[in-house]
Amino acid sequence: MNYPLMTALELRDMLARGDVSPSEIVRIAFAEIEKQEPRIHAFVEVFTDRAVERANELEQIPKEKRGPLWGVPVAIKDNLCLSGKSTTCASKILEGFVAPYTATAVKALEEAGTIIIGRTNMDEFAMGSSCEHSIYGQTRNPWKEECVPGGSSGGSAAAVASGEVPLALGSDTGGSIRQPAAFCGAVGLKPTYGRVSRYGLVAFASSLDQIGPIARNVGDAALLLKVISGHDQYDSTSLDVPVDDFSDSVGAGVRGMKIGLPQEYFGQGLDTIIKERILSTVKNLEEMGAGVEEISLPHTDYAVATYYIIAPSEASANLARFDGIKYGWRSTQARDLREQYAETRGEGFGIEVKRRIMLGTYALSAGYYDAYYLKAQKVRTLIMKDFHNAFKKVDAIITPTTPTTAFRLGEKLSDPLQMYLADVFTIPVNLAGLPAVSVPAGWTEQCMPIGLQVIGPALKESNILKVARAVEQIIQTKK
Amino acid sequence: MNYRTVIGLEVHVQLKTKSKCFCSCSSEYGAEPNTNICPVCCGMPGALPVLNRQAVELAVKAARALNCTVKERSIFARKNYFYPDLPKGYQISQYELPLAVQGWVEFDSDGKGTKRVRITRAHLEEDAGKLLHFIGTTPVDGSLVDMNRCGVPLLEIVSEPDITSPSEAHEYLAALKEILQYAGVSDCDMEKGSLRCDANVSVSATDELGTRSEIKNMNSFRAVEKALAYEVKRQSSLLEDGQKVIQETRLWDETTLKTYSMRTKEEAHDYRYFPEPDLVPLVIEKELVARLDREMAELPRMRRARLIAQFGLSEYDARVITQDRYGADYYERAVACRPPKAVDLKQFAKSIANWVTVELAGCLNKAKISIEASPVPPENLARLVELIFRGEISGKMAKEVFAEMFGNATTVDKVISKRGLKQISDEGALSKIVESVLLNSQNIVEKYRNGNEKVLGFLVGQVMKQTNGQADPKQVNQLLHKKLSKSE
Repeated sequence: MNYPLMTALELRDMLARGDVSPSEIVRIAFAEIEKQEPRIHAFVEVFTDRAVERANELEQIPKEKRGPLWGVPVAIKDNLCLSGKSTTCASKILEGFVAPYTATAVKALEEAGTIIIGRTNMDEFAMGSSCEHSIYGQTRNPWKEECVPGGSSGGSAAAVASGEVPLALGSDTGGSIRQPAAFCGAVGLKPTYGRVSRYGLVAFASSLDQIGPIARNVGDAALLLKVISGHDQYDSTSLDVPVDDFSDSVGAGVRGMKIGLPQEYFGQGLDTIIKERILSTVKNLEEMGAGVEEISLPHTDYAVATYYIIAPSEASANLARFDGIKYGWRSTQARDLREQYAETRGEGFGIEVKRRIMLGTYALSAGYYDAYYLKAQKVRTLIMKDFHNAFKKVDAIITPTTPTTAFRLGEKLSDPLQMYLADVFTIPVNLAGLPAVSVPAGWTEQCMPIGLQVIGPALKESNILKVARAVEQIIQTKK
Repeated sequence: MNYRTVIGLEVHVQLKTKSKCFCSCSSEYGAEPNTNICPVCCGMPGALPVLNRQAVELAVKAARALNCTVKERSIFARKNYFYPDLPKGYQISQYELPLAVQGWVEFDSDGKGTKRVRITRAHLEEDAGKLLHFIGTTPVDGSLVDMNRCGVPLLEIVSEPDITSPSEAHEYLAALKEILQYAGVSDCDMEKGSLRCDANVSVSATDELGTRSEIKNMNSFRAVEKALAYEVKRQSSLLEDGQKVIQETRLWDETTLKTYSMRTKEEAHDYRYFPEPDLVPLVIEKELVARLDREMAELPRMRRARLIAQFGLSEYDARVITQDRYGADYYERAVACRPPKAVDLKQFAKSIANWVTVELAGCLNKAKISIEASPVPPENLARLVELIFRGEISGKMAKEVFAEMFGNATTVDKVISKRGLKQISDEGALSKIVESVLLNSQNIVEKYRNGNEKVLGFLVGQVMKQTNGQADPKQVNQLLHKKLSKSE
């Protein structure tokens, strides 16, 4: 078997037929990880013993009681809690923290029969677009080691793209699943806000965060999405709505679907090659029977500014709990309580996290709240309305996932603003709480993957999966 | 110069829920440190709050008992500050859109008739934990955090600055406590921290408001009154000396009986409130408010009026009995045990009132027991009073019997049968004793017959002695009269 190239569905079927056992799969996965890790460094910890035990456990389960992903290896981002294992968000401040409980989405993974192989690298507290802001050091792009894998779920995307695991969970606050998926040539889906429980996901910006799947193809992403979706009584923002069988919609085709192309996403700053590839793919979709029309999302320009008020504001409160009192890093330099906070947080957080805490604290301060936070919330409503109006006319919106392909390591580290612009096309989706998927739409001449983003109306993950599957077919025939 | 005092109070009461405000941990008081905790109330990474419906219902009930308008939609906010007893680094509270607004509390102000203090707002929030300090001790040298209290639901009740004196502040708190206890939403026990109070106070010689100070750290209603009186005096003398009052937060020190500056306005926290993104807006349907209104317990002023009308109680007795809900409940349960034909309702009710306000109150006070934990339940007290009315025990004996009932948590019937205390009211038995006394006191009988009626008292005493005090002296008197005159 050619494990690194196999999809989760193919693996599952092999396992189900008994062609290979979960224990063998675990061995194969760790062998692959051992091979790839020195090159890409996608994992921050592998759960060798736990995975072996888990495989043994799974083998005891009678056939009729096996979950839909029985025996399939998965990786989880280092901001998802798994009871008894460290969760650090790639931050020094959570050094030594062992999760006392398991995140709802991770629990769902295990109930589906998966084997959790390890936790993956990320930008500290999911703040970043390159996976370079990590206490564990950078992850490299499997397609080109001098390039970043994207972020913040760079470890998950690289692990999937390099063949280490067929599936991984990431989290997406402003593009953190879709952007690294685009950079690594994987499929990454951010569900509708509230579709997947956030319980056990270490919060960055609570009103924007969603957990989602990263996979090698659309079918796998649909299956994993189905597994983790659903109402959770432990997350008040999780939606109590039925979960569709997303896998069913994947192959349904795009005939009769209306697709919108927002002009604001195809202007300045977009690489020509990306624009060409996206537009030619759209042409192919048209040939497959989809209707295409140009639309406008007029407030797009304000999305990044809005996001960089709201997300840091929420983060400044969410990260206040990391104070060295209860868990994680505690400074030994402090002489009094005030210093205890200052030294612990000064030593424990990296520069990008500090920058965002400062931004958020400022935006919420007395005298600035109305001008920043409140104004940003109003603009957020306008951005939502843009999409709402657009979806009166179209079933899905297609944009590039990123303005450029994966950039070089270190290239944007000293220029945070440039780094922030890497998420210019993904951020509006989080502000509007909509589902979106990034699917590979070809490669540049330098063989770097290009991501195409499909955005859908709230709870219409099935729409975007249909379109994404069609894109996948187009690219496969072109190859 | 005459200064006008303006006081507003911020009161926090703990709502009587079984579990905490945002998780399912028990909100029980006094458990071993850090035993009622979970990832949610400890602020573990990734944990999320889920609102307790019971907390909402109690908050609505409280708001209605305080005549507030309950908002159909209110939102939670994060109040951000660092302190070791605050595990998330923010408190979940309400800020811009509170649960309830615009209510009032009415009470009878000493000598001034009915006073109304307006309520600005009432909102739901979570409590913080508790720090335990072990400075310079072994094995722990430092401070420890007990998070049992983290996330316990509180209702913050903010009054308008309608209070005009420290004693009125005390009256307001007593009235508030009474109402909330009656509504069944809180124990309002300041000692257990289920009621806490901060006070804002200013004085002014003009119509304009003076600069206020906020006082914290008062542990009883009396402390609130004393701290306010101190502060009024302090501010007045500053103004008297031509100095200015500065806006600041001050701490009351119960040992020195003074307030001390804690922080000035400039040093005040910027709490950076913003809407809590982990919770959806709280929607309270009109139907819920209507249902809770229907279920609302009778509030103290209404209950007092009813007790006076129904049982003919005096104003004074009614006030004492209704001081707390449990006292009033106790009283009514006792009165309800009256044997309907044997005793007149008003007589019985009056007698129960006397027992509750004098003997029972005295014993409870001495033993530092609250009335709901009384070792003599209302049914037992009612039985005691019934036996007095039936003439089976004397009033004097009853006090002794009660003391034993209270001390040994036992019933009146058991005490009587154990001590053989039953009053000898059987005339035949008593006659025999009287006759034997007369027979053994011939010389005294002589004296009586010679006109010395004073010796009758001696004879009564003899009979009482023979009966171990179990005879009714009045009856003995009558019998002696009868016997002595018969023999003539």
